[in-house]
Amino acid sequence: MINSKIFERSAIGRLLLADKAGRYLIAALLAITVLVPLCNLLMPAGSFLHIPTYVVVLLGKYLCYALLALALDLVWGYCGILSLGHGAFFALGGYAMGMHLMRQIGERGVYGNAELPDFMVFLNWTELPWYWYGFDNFFFAMFMVALVPAALAFVFGWLAFRSRVTGVYLSIITQAMTYALLLAFFRNDMGFGGNNGLTDFKDILGFSLQSDVTRCVLFALSALSVAGAYVLCRAIVTSKYGRVLVAIRDAESRTRFMGYRVEHYKLFVFVVSAILAGIAGALYVPQVGIINPGEFGPINSIEIVIWVAIGGRGTLFGAVIGAVAVNYAKTYFTGAFPEVWLFMLGALFVISTLYLPKGIVGVVTQIRERRAENNATSTPEQGAKS
Amino acid sequence: MKLSHVFRVFVVLALFVVQVVQAEQITPVQSEVAADNALLLNELISARSTSDKKNLINLIANSNFPQRAKVLSALQDGDLYYTKADEQLVYAFSHPDGYQIASVIDGEKLGVIGSRKVRKISINNELRTVLRGVLAELSLRSDDVAVRLSAAKDLIRSPSPEFLHAIERAKAVEINKKVLASLNIATAMINLNSEEQVLRLDAIESFRGTLDSDAMSILAAMQLKDSEGNYLEQDDLVRESAAAVLSEMRGEAEMYKLVENVFFGLSLGSVLLLTAVGLAITFGVMGVINMAHGEMMMLGAYTTYVIQLLMPNYIDYSIVVAIPAAFLVSGLVGIIIERGVIRHLYGRPLETLLATFGVSLILQQAVRSIFSPLNKSVSAPSWLSGSWEINGALSLTYNRLYIIIFSLVVLLMLVFLLKKTFVGLQMRAVTQNRAMANSMGIRTGWVDALTFGLGSGVAGIAGVALSQLTNVGPNLGQSYIIDSFMVVVFGGVGNLFGTFFAAMSLGVANKFLEPFAGAVLAKIFVLVFIILFIQWRPRGLFALKGRSVED
Repeated sequence: MINSKIFERSAIGRLLLADKAGRYLIAALLAITVLVPLCNLLMPAGSFLHIPTYVVVLLGKYLCYALLALALDLVWGYCGILSLGHGAFFALGGYAMGMHLMRQIGERGVYGNAELPDFMVFLNWTELPWYWYGFDNFFFAMFMVALVPAALAFVFGWLAFRSRVTGVYLSIITQAMTYALLLAFFRNDMGFGGNNGLTDFKDILGFSLQSDVTRCVLFALSALSVAGAYVLCRAIVTSKYGRVLVAIRDAESRTRFMGYRVEHYKLFVFVVSAILAGIAGALYVPQVGIINPGEFGPINSIEIVIWVAIGGRGTLFGAVIGAVAVNYAKTYFTGAFPEVWLFMLGALFVISTLYLPKGIVGVVTQIRERRAENNATSTPEQGAKS
Repeated sequence: MKLSHVFRVFVVLALFVVQVVQAEQITPVQSEVAADNALLLNELISARSTSDKKNLINLIANSNFPQRAKVLSALQDGDLYYTKADEQLVYAFSHPDGYQIASVIDGEKLGVIGSRKVRKISINNELRTVLRGVLAELSLRSDDVAVRLSAAKDLIRSPSPEFLHAIERAKAVEINKKVLASLNIATAMINLNSEEQVLRLDAIESFRGTLDSDAMSILAAMQLKDSEGNYLEQDDLVRESAAAVLSEMRGEAEMYKLVENVFFGLSLGSVLLLTAVGLAITFGVMGVINMAHGEMMMLGAYTTYVIQLLMPNYIDYSIVVAIPAAFLVSGLVGIIIERGVIRHLYGRPLETLLATFGVSLILQQAVRSIFSPLNKSVSAPSWLSGSWEINGALSLTYNRLYIIIFSLVVLLMLVFLLKKTFVGLQMRAVTQNRAMANSMGIRTGWVDALTFGLGSGVAGIAGVALSQLTNVGPNLGQSYIIDSFMVVVFGGVGNLFGTFFAAMSLGVANKFLEPFAGAVLAKIFVLVFIILFIQWRPRGLFALKGRSVED
């Protein structure tokens, strides 16, 4: 009981008390953080409760996507900025992590060069480009995971929001941004491995990336990051600042006329979102084992939008649900019926925009409201009590 | 033996004199001539001395035997043999079982023969030189302009004084300007190597204004120094005159290079214009963000492919059929999309974006399932290949030329349709004020569908053009969609002239950046430029003014 009092008094506690779905989500995330590694590591291989390692990796991947979807929902759902370039922030975070892992390979590369990654040796480069300096340090690399996407988002957002580029125009230039980065990272001269990207990672902080324990730890970190990011986003959107964001989403000019510096609000949320996307990318890369320019593809960014749209825009937990559900469907259908997947995805886009404007979450609340209405009409006393 | 030899030489010489006299105009009786030719050719078998052979070569070259050039070039290449058994002159090509032989007279294949049963007609270096001159002269007299031109070009590349007379003779009768110009350059090239200063100076002067690349490189070579710092060309006057002419030629070539770059840029801009102009209607006029626009182009390209499958014998005309067909196919699909999906989403641009993206995925996968994911090859009609060579430095390829014209025609037709026809008036009325248009009796739903169909149909036409330029595959549309959005946004939404201006300027800018930055970096620069440009003018170059601007 003392625990519950502390819970009520803490900031996070107060946040979650007002957010039932969020409580469930956090609880579920904490549960899998503990249970999935346990089932993977402690249960014997043949057991019913055993979770094979590839499933752990797959779930970890979904969680990274969920974090990315959260980031997008923060800007799109609450501020009306439809970014078609969030894949770029994700990929930049991933590249920062990949560069650290690349440096960790050291002499174990194919060419055995302690200083240079394999692809640079292959290109006959003699020394490390300046922008690779420092990435051998884990903490510097982690700093960059947040800083690089944040810097890009800041510059881009500062330019765009200041000159009031909104709506469709903003979407199109974010798409142009990720497309330009795609083209740039495909170039070998850029020093990011060209179209092969960065791969063949060995270990992280001295732990082998192939071992089950490392994979489980990465999985747990991903789950905790999603939980943390959820709380952060919830804190942002329920604060006074968050109210202004929603006001900007619904009537930007009016908010501006009331004296709010709209571009500052937008810029802040855009940068926060970019950092979250970068962290998602950084968690994604060691689990998947590769990062290549394909992650910058405009299609990837649009797919993120569809996760959010299907889950339920502007709800935060809907983004998590959407990301996991769509990606599970993708895994299943690309395996079982590869021909059908794009038809499915396309149909999902059309149907969700036409018939599910509020996504899965919207459907659930609609059903619940209708049931509550029915209950209220049939047995008014009960309804009043509950 | 000896006597017959002498006699034969006599006959040959006599014939030679007659032939040379009649060289300009020989009109003997046909049948006799054929027999004479056969006799003449067979003389090659028995001719032993170099001078005999030389005379014979000249006789054959001046005869009216139709295959003379072929025989002589076979002789030069060492493919001319005779059979030992019946002393017949044949072409022979090596074969695992000896030689594959063919008659010289009529080209008839005579089968394979053992290598010991034939003997080669041998020639030496002196004869090779003679043959080269004779063959060059023969091709300079050919009826085919292309053969004459390539012979003249060959002479430019390997100038040697013994051809001078042949060139002069050819110049006297040449009527084609291009060949004549090449022959003049060839003469100058030969004179350049002569001993007389006057001839050399004249030769250098005659290069002025020709833009011939061989001439330029030889003039440039004259300016070089050897390892001790002395000029390779010792005659100062010649060298300085060469330098003057060279710099003038280079300046001119530079200018034509510029013209060519602009032309390339305009043709790239025309492709951009074609791909963007449909979007300028759906996005610019209707305000619908159609992410399936690229797939409309893809459908147009596949329509071209199907039309070619349907009429394999008329490839040259298939494109003409494909243009209206692609317009109809893409236009119909566009109308279906509008009625099925977009109609429900007016006023919600971001949702429209997502829904049309879904449609684009479905269309891509549909094409992949029907036609396979592999690229299809669409063959180009013959009238699209080749180029229009204006001079040595500037040649415009026809396919680029046609695409510029084509895109302009499409643009003008659209402008006409929108500005001068009743349907266009209705379209503009609906986009400017839907409610008012509706109350004036315009069926807005119908006009919406038609407008969207028009934009999609134009995208289909762009697809026909793209099928000639790139691979036709399921991803064709995706590679152009971002570019087309950039063009429309850059030019200003709702403004066809802006789209035209944006497409052309982006195309030219891209082509001028390419030499410095490479194709990919040039594209990145252009993208970054547009991103920055949007900050400066959020509504594009030519923004609409007035009430319709308000969101």
